Parts: sequence; structure tokens; C-alpha cells
Amino acid sequence: MESTAHAFKTNVDHALADPNLQDSLAKLKVGFSERRRQAAERLPEFEALRDRARDIKNHTLANLDFYLEEFERKVIGLGGHVHWAPTAADARRIIAELCQSVGARTVAKSKSMVAEEIALNEHLEALGIAPIETDLGEYIIQLRNEPPSHIIAPAVHLTKDQVADTFLEHHSKLGFDKRLTERNDLVAEARYVLRQKFLDADVGLTGANFLVAETGSSMLVTNEGNADLSNTLPKMHIVLASIEKVIPTLEDAAVLLRVLARSATGQESSAYTTLNTGPKRAEDLDGPSQYHVVLLDNGRSGVLGTEMQDILRCIRCGACMNHCPVYGAVGGHAYGWVYPGPMGAVLTPQLVGVEEASNLPNASTFCGRCESVCPVRIPLPKLMRHWREREFEKHLTPRGVRQGLALWSFLARRPALYRGLTSIANRVLALFGRADGRYSALPLAGGWTRFRDFPAPQPGGTFHAQWKGKEGKRKRA
Amino acid sequence: MKLLEQAGCTVEVPPVQVCCGQPAYNSGDRATTRAIASQVIDAFEGYDAVVAPSGSCGGMLSHHYPGLFDDDPAMKARAENLAGRSHELMSFLVDVLGEKKVAAARYDGVATYHDSCSGLRELGVKEQPRRLLDSVQGLSLHEMKTPEVCCGFGGTFCVKYPEISNAMVSEKSADIAATGADTLLAGDLGCLMNMAGKLQREGSAVRVRHVAEVLAGMGDLPAIGEPERG
Repeated sequence: MESTAHAFKTNVDHALADPNLQDSLAKLKVGFSERRRQAAERLPEFEALRDRARDIKNHTLANLDFYLEEFERKVIGLGGHVHWAPTAADARRIIAELCQSVGARTVAKSKSMVAEEIALNEHLEALGIAPIETDLGEYIIQLRNEPPSHIIAPAVHLTKDQVADTFLEHHSKLGFDKRLTERNDLVAEARYVLRQKFLDADVGLTGANFLVAETGSSMLVTNEGNADLSNTLPKMHIVLASIEKVIPTLEDAAVLLRVLARSATGQESSAYTTLNTGPKRAEDLDGPSQYHVVLLDNGRSGVLGTEMQDILRCIRCGACMNHCPVYGAVGGHAYGWVYPGPMGAVLTPQLVGVEEASNLPNASTFCGRCESVCPVRIPLPKLMRHWREREFEKHLTPRGVRQGLALWSFLARRPALYRGLTSIANRVLALFGRADGRYSALPLAGGWTRFRDFPAPQPGGTFHAQWKGKEGKRKRA
Repeated sequence: MKLLEQAGCTVEVPPVQVCCGQPAYNSGDRATTRAIASQVIDAFEGYDAVVAPSGSCGGMLSHHYPGLFDDDPAMKARAENLAGRSHELMSFLVDVLGEKKVAAARYDGVATYHDSCSGLRELGVKEQPRRLLDSVQGLSLHEMKTPEVCCGFGGTFCVKYPEISNAMVSEKSADIAATGADTLLAGDLGCLMNMAGKLQREGSAVRVRHVAEVLAGMGDLPAIGEPERG
């Protein structure tokens, strides 16, 4: 998808003024974090599992070439194919050619953030191939022509009423002309409409939560079972996954699955966990006759060995955004591209360029809640700070900030001058503000006083001045 | 100060100290941060403990300074030495000095306590202030629904992204109001000024104080942003 990350501030204004979005966010903030907390509490070894999950991913990243080649060897041995896609354009081309090779008119897709990353749907549509999103949330936003706003709950920004309107608008031509209001009825209608599309699809395309090197399997978790239909009914199954999804063994997958669902939704495990291991064998009753894995790099190998490498541990659970107060205030669309929230604030500058996404790593208070819940312990605030350092080096930091910082740092390196000036400022602010105790407007402080009062200093001068006075008295006594 | 002296410490305030350098650090200006950090390391050479009434300044010294000098082993050793001696005030009183209560402080009111992010998540400050507050006569504590969620200050964040910051602090102020408390306490000045500024803009009567003021029995001074009495 086209990035609007450069327009972050405008996106934020729209998000804060959107009552439907704010309603949806209010529910998300409480729901996800509470469920995760309870799930973590129920599992005594949860913290130890987080350590193991981190170690598994670190080990894999340190030997990524080995495990990827091992995975490829296994897939080929099973009768499948592996395609290496250095860029998004390569991945689009490979997938389009595969679809065309079987004369595909429709592709049943289960939710894939990597497919969003490479803007696959637009590409297939341009070639006359219809991508059908089969995850309920993805299906809803596909009907509305919107990008996902969350990596595991793509339509989390919408209210039930908005979904009801969308279904009425798009399903009435299929004979469903009653506006539904109950959740179950909405789901049932989507299920009915989608079922026929599964049966008609020529190609099934899924992402992967993990690629298991030891067996050549791709592993998927869903709560809707839609991936199982996407990969068993059509004659060709394409798995699209980025290179850091590979892990060594099924044993490792078991550890990661235990932290994934708990961190994401607070479930012990997702409703469906599916392993796809090669194409249909002679003795199998169903399954795809062709099995292809497209491995996307798209800049990730360039992150290996850098101070940003930790972000490649990410298993896309969404816990960081579920716990982020900034995401909670503005939602996912404000971030302007595929990956929102703290993990997006680190990954997006890498994938679309820091010039385009310069706001994202800055729009954080470094409250650290994301890091405290990350199942693979990615130090997200630290990585965002690294982006700020790179922006500072590249002179991308806004001029006002740079000038303010330069003045402040000049003073901060001169303690006596700093003390003198703060003392004067303190006295001035106290002199004019003491009567009310606060200011409702101050020159050069509009960012603060637009929404808040500014407290006037308490009587008696700065702490240092008071301390000096006290010491003086002591010495005289 | 009073709390530390009550606990038997000899307190000094080296006049050469300034800010810990966080504004530069979090703006990506590593060179300035290193210069300021070196200055702070010099200033606090020779003290047994360095105590800050702030989780974010304390966290800067104890968690972030050593990483600034990865390419300078001598400075890194000094930074690590300082890091080991640096503490946030509540944690110092309870975890290091083993204080269980404060000496005869009184504060008549109902307070709620906001867990400042750095103190909570970098330094593990959570139970310590609550334990000490428990010994303040006349005071009861009503917890917020989400005392651990950021108030939206975030240093320069609050002026770089005032709209987001405002959304966050508005939510915080609603959470504070729902407790019915007449006093909001926290252990970090940035958060306190932010929340006080919002509460006062909204016309709230909740008084905002640093937790140390109440523990030191100085609750009769004007609260943050409050006019002089009398």
C-alpha cells in the first residue's frame, strides 16, 4: 500500500476527531490488555517462556542463511517449490506468474501482513485476478477499500454498526437486503457469502506465522479456520512469508505458539493451528496439487547485524499496539502504512525509509509498556531511540527542535550559567504566576498551554537556591 | 531531603550538577548526551549514593548511562559505577535503607497514586511509595483503574505531539476523577506538571503533589499549580 506515514500529524488530527474510531479504541484498550494479563498470570512459566522465545529467535537470526536453506531443501524434497523474492516487486511478479500459470481468476487469501506490505491485491486486480480476503476482518475492510488498522485485528477500528452498513451495501446485490444488527447474524452472512468463494477459488494464498526448517512446513494460526479452506480447496497453495519467519524445529514452534496467542488475544492457543507440509501426496484425500513458498526479503537482510536486528524477532502478536497509549489514542491508520504501533514505528522507517516515516519513532513517550509485554522481549523504545539518532545524524529532526536542543545543551554544559538563568526564570514565573498558581498561556509554550495550564514555581526560589540558603544557615549556626 | 535526613543520611547537593541529559538522549543527540553524562559522572564522584526524586532521571543514570560509552571502556566503567550507586528516592528509602514507615507525617485526605513509567518499568517502583504512604496518618489511597498507563508527558513528546499527549492526559484525568480522590500523588515532576496542568485546565479541584511532600509531612504547602494560601 501507498504510505501516508509522512502525513502522520494530519492523520492524527483525523483519528482524534473520529467518534467511531474513538469508540472502538476505548474497547480495544481495556479488552486486549486485560485478557493478556490474565493469560500470563495463569501460566507460571510465562516469563521463562518469553526468554526462551527470545533466545530461539536470536539463535535463528544468527544462523538465518543456514535455516532458510535447510527449509528450502525440505520443501523441495516434499515436492514443493521455493521462490526467493529480494524485493516487493519480485514477490508480486512471482505470485502473479504462478496465478497465471493455472489460469486463475480468483485467489482466496487468508490474512497476510506481508501481502499488504507488497501491495499484492492491487497488483492482482490490475491483472484481472480477483483476490478474495477470507479473514472476516480483512473481508470487511476489503469491501470498504480500507487498509488494516491492526496486525491481528484488521478491522478493529470499526464499530458493529459500520460493519452492518458495509454488509448491507455490498451483500444486497447477492440477495441479502436486510440490515443486520446482531454480531452472530453478521458473521453468518459473511460465512455464507465467503463459502462459495472458497469453492470457486483457483489459488489459495496464505501467509505464515512460522516456517519450520526441520520439516519444511509452514505454520498458520487463525481463529476462523479460513486459512484451512484457503490452502486445502484450491489446486495451488502459495505461502508468502518474509525470511525472518523461519525457525529451526517444531519444538521451537511449540514454545513460540505458547507465547503468541497469550500475548495477542489472551487465548491459550488460537482456535486453529495448521501445518502445511508440501503438496497433496498420492494417498491424501485432499490438498493442493502445487505448493509454492515465496520468501520475501524486502530490506530485512540489511537489518541483520545492525543495532536494529532485534526487530526481526517480532512474531506479529500485536501486544505492543494493544498496550500502547499512543496507538490507543490514534489507532492504526494514523501510522500511515502496513505496520502500526510500536513495532511499526521501528519497522516502517526500515521498509519505507526514515525520511517518509520520520514521525513514527518520535511519536512515543517511551513509556515502555510495549517492551514490558513483548513476547520476544524486543526493546522497542531503544530501537525507536536509535531511529531518532539516525534522524538527528541525517538532519531530519525538525529545525525548531534542533535549535531548542542546541540552546539547551549549550546551557546544560555550563552549570553556573544554567543555574543563574533557571533562577531568573523561576523568579519571573513566580512573580507573575504566584497569585493564580499557574499560567493558562505562556510565550513559546503553546504546545503545552493549548491543552494544559503551566504550574508557576512554588515560593522560595529554585531547589538549588533553597539548598544554598539552608547550607548557609547551617554554617552560620 | 527531609526524608533522607530522617532516615539517617548525610545529604549534599553538588552545585555543579545540571540536567541528566534526557532531552538530548531522547531527541537522538548522542554527542550532547555523552558530554552531559560525563559532567554528571564527574559531579557525583565520591558519593555513596545518588538519589533522585524522579524515576526518569534515576533511570537515565542507572540504566542508560553505561550504554552511552560502549566505545570508551574507562568512561563505561565510571558510568557503571555511578549506575550502581544511583537510586530513585522511594526505592532508595525502602529497598536500600529498609524504611518501612515515615516518621509521624499527617495528611488528611484521599489520594490516588500514578505510577510514572520510568520508575515503574525501568526501576520497579510500585509497592515502595504505597508502603510508605500507608504509614501517613489521615491518608487513604484509592487506586485508579489503570495507574500504570502513561499520562502522556513523555518529555518533548508533549509539545511535539500535543494533540496525542492531550488525548492521553485527558483519559488519565478521567481515571483520576473516577477514584473520588482529592489528591493526586506521583514520583516524577514531568508527569505531575502534565497532570496538574490538565486537571487545572479542566477546573478540577484535585490537588497534585509529589509523593515525597506528603511523606515528609509538608502537605500544608501549596500544591503544584495552586495559588498561595491566605
